[in-house]
Amino acid sequence: MNPVMKFLHKTGSPAYFYWLSGRMIPWLWVIFAVLTTWGMYQAFFVAPTDYQQGESYRIIYIHVPAAWMSMMIYLMMAIFGAIGLIWRIRIAEILAISSAPIGAAFALIALISGAVWGKPTWGAYWVWDARLTSQLVLFFLYLGVMGLHSAIDEPRKAARAAALLALVGVVNLPIIHYSVEWWNTLHQGTTIKFTGGSKMPNSMLFPLLLMAASTKFYYGAALLTRARNRLLEQDRRRGWVAKSIREQRL
Amino acid sequence: MSAFISLLKRDLLLAVRSRAEALQPIFFLLVVVSLFPLGLGPGPALLAKVAVGVIWIAALLASTLSLDKLFHADFEDGSLEQFLTSGHSLSSLALAKIIAHWLSTGLPIVLLSPLLAIWLNLPHEALPVLVKSLLLGTPIFSLIGAIGAALTVGLRQGGQLLALLIFPLLIPVLILATGAVSAATHNLESTAYLLWMAAYAVLMLTLAPFACAASLRISLS
Repeated sequence: MNPVMKFLHKTGSPAYFYWLSGRMIPWLWVIFAVLTTWGMYQAFFVAPTDYQQGESYRIIYIHVPAAWMSMMIYLMMAIFGAIGLIWRIRIAEILAISSAPIGAAFALIALISGAVWGKPTWGAYWVWDARLTSQLVLFFLYLGVMGLHSAIDEPRKAARAAALLALVGVVNLPIIHYSVEWWNTLHQGTTIKFTGGSKMPNSMLFPLLLMAASTKFYYGAALLTRARNRLLEQDRRRGWVAKSIREQRL
Repeated sequence: MSAFISLLKRDLLLAVRSRAEALQPIFFLLVVVSLFPLGLGPGPALLAKVAVGVIWIAALLASTLSLDKLFHADFEDGSLEQFLTSGHSLSSLALAKIIAHWLSTGLPIVLLSPLLAIWLNLPHEALPVLVKSLLLGTPIFSLIGAIGAALTVGLRQGGQLLALLIFPLLIPVLILATGAVSAATHNLESTAYLLWMAAYAVLMLTLAPFACAASLRISLS
């Protein structure tokens, strides 16, 4: 058996997954806490004040990582969903659907923090800017996946339907993104574009990278915690749960 | 192939036989569009400005309304399970149903659009582009909508959920179509938009039947 299939088979076993994720979660939380504390300190006390936007620019240390995460998690959800659909691995199905609320929360954080930043910078809470609109559509796509999942009673069927919808969404997402960008340039001409990235001095960029790293660990920890709970709920009458309790591994 | 044609014939025959039901989305479209002048005021300049958006959103709503029922009857009487076990390719059967849906809802919307354009005072030079954009866009509604309909078939709160699932996916169609018609209204070239729509329609024509078949398999499992 090739190593990939071996890995999938091994982690696909509920008992092993439950044990492994239980070992990983505390570490993920600790790394997340350290990185967030460090990143927040850098963001609010060390990074210099922006000469144009003043202190309000500091919201990007929440906003940008959240927006990145909302996109990454959608992709992860589709990848887990594809693994679940192709190889019928239940753990992957559970990981896919457990990703959805986390991604939706990040999308919402990005939208709200964007609105809060927009008020002092653009003078309005909401502008139909291309990026804001794409983010809103992404949030709606998450709502669709979660809505479909909750509408179906049978857990495996629900997970597979949601996974398929996530895959359809991932195919359409680039098309939606570029069409929205096109629409915006058509209707509005010039918009104030937030061009950071390479133009940022390192003292401003470093906290952003720390926060981007810390949110990845948050996703890992929150995802595994959610997946464990869902797995335990679905498998409460299965043998491995009783066995794990007897061996005091829960 | 023969199964494809007989299913297409059957669905069209059903649409012709239950004419009142088949025409519901069209009446819905007419009523929704006629509400806008009443709500916004009858000023011709304002109506001309919003005409494209109104027609397209009304077409979107009317298509969704009928998509909800796309697989419903077949699910209720067990035909869908027969399709699944018949040994015929489920994606080609799904495509037959999608085409039948487009012929019974999408095409009437296209044919009706000149009337709507007159109601809303759309400039005459934009009319051919509106018709072309609807001709390219409504099949995409049927194709993507069928995936949503297949995923929600048999669910209690199907209709609203279907709208939540497919509206975000249909945004590109709306943007491209309104872009094309706006360009034509301003005497600009609209071919690029229409070509993009055609490309999107072809992409969905190749992908959607498979996604639809996979969705049906999940829904019937």
